[in-house]
Amino acid sequence: MRIDSIRNGLVIDHISAGKGMEIYDLLGLGDLDCTVAIIKNSNSRKMGKKDIIKIDAEIDLDLNILGYVDPGITVNVIKDGVLVEKKTVDLPETLTGVLKCKNPRCITSTEQELKHVFKLTDPEKRTYRCIYCETAAK
Amino acid sequence: MRSLIDILDLSPAEIDELIAKANDIIANPVKYAEKCRGKKLATLFFEPSTRTRLSFEAAMYELGGSVLGFSEAQSSSTAKGESVSDTAKTVSCYADIIAMRHPKEGAPFVAAQAASIPVINAGDGGHNHPTQTLTDLLTISREKGRLDGLTVGFCGDLKFGRTVHSLIGALCRYQNIKIVLISPEELKVPSYVKQTMKKNGIEYSQTTDLEASLPELDILYMTRVQRERFFNEEDYLRLKDSYILTPAKLKNARDDLSIMHPLPRVNEISVEIDDDPRACYFKQVLYGKFIRMALILKLLEVE
Repeated sequence: MRIDSIRNGLVIDHISAGKGMEIYDLLGLGDLDCTVAIIKNSNSRKMGKKDIIKIDAEIDLDLNILGYVDPGITVNVIKDGVLVEKKTVDLPETLTGVLKCKNPRCITSTEQELKHVFKLTDPEKRTYRCIYCETAAK
Repeated sequence: MRSLIDILDLSPAEIDELIAKANDIIANPVKYAEKCRGKKLATLFFEPSTRTRLSFEAAMYELGGSVLGFSEAQSSSTAKGESVSDTAKTVSCYADIIAMRHPKEGAPFVAAQAASIPVINAGDGGHNHPTQTLTDLLTISREKGRLDGLTVGFCGDLKFGRTVHSLIGALCRYQNIKIVLISPEELKVPSYVKQTMKKNGIEYSQTTDLEASLPELDILYMTRVQRERFFNEEDYLRLKDSYILTPAKLKNARDDLSIMHPLPRVNEISVEIDDDPRACYFKQVLYGKFIRMALILKLLEVE
């Protein structure tokens, strides 16, 4: 199967197979006017199978979300048809507006304007805790 | 400008410094009687309290300062829907330092981010209560002469007991601490507290048996099962009398045991124990005022 290469835009590569749609939704790519391609179960030497998303426009991506959902992802920045930057994403230290605190005793449960912010407290177990009440994200 | 939201905001060296200052205040109260002349403490209590609020107020008066504030949410603009941030910004215009108690966890942290003056967390829901922890550390230090090499038993509601969570967090930074957690199954410490102990290599055990645990303890920290933390009255009624400390149960305890309690108590320590020399919960109350005086001086940067 062939998908045209892009001239100016982003290629989100090395997405774990099956997570492409989740990332598509989380990044709100459905709202874009430009061409967006999701490639599922592409063959990968490193991963066996992987998903890829190609976005035919230069947009700001929240790499924090990508790092949380799938830390092995790479983001390639393409300008004039040439790869100009390759970004790898790690588990982010802080997640803002991605997770919601479920603790009914947390101040975020009553003060709606407060941003839900989580900090990485255990990288091995990928545990994030609410900065207000320290409840772990589930 | 600094605030105190979590006991871990203070380094062990700073805690030592506060304990030393409190000891100096106890020894020389007159020296400190005018230190905060002209300064105002705002006590913003969105939840009822006797000891903590009065202790903060007494602390400020004994430093020569004055106090303003409210003692229930209904008498503040919160009743009209004002946010914690707006309340903190407003009070920053009137006072030099804030002591805030709030039923919602994280509220004092939100206030500290918005305020232009130091904020002291005077208890946020079942989360943190750092000035109680400072009180507890001063009490342990005065009773035992040290903060390391101790076996500390925590008994009662270890799930919602914020004083327990804060004190365990603080003790984890001292050497050779052993912690015994005594609670009903339903009221065990939350996972993040266990994670803190594990991370710091603290030896701890969990049990439901108070009497069997007593002989090894240097300190027994009793807590109340708090009605206000339960969404379900039936659960509260079922668990409230899980542990009641009586003279008979103390039979196997050591002579140099120190029995602490953040108070208020309901019935978890029999009043007959009040006269036992091992009971130090009312001394704890007194020390609470002195350590808060030391803290106010530190956060207001008064020498």
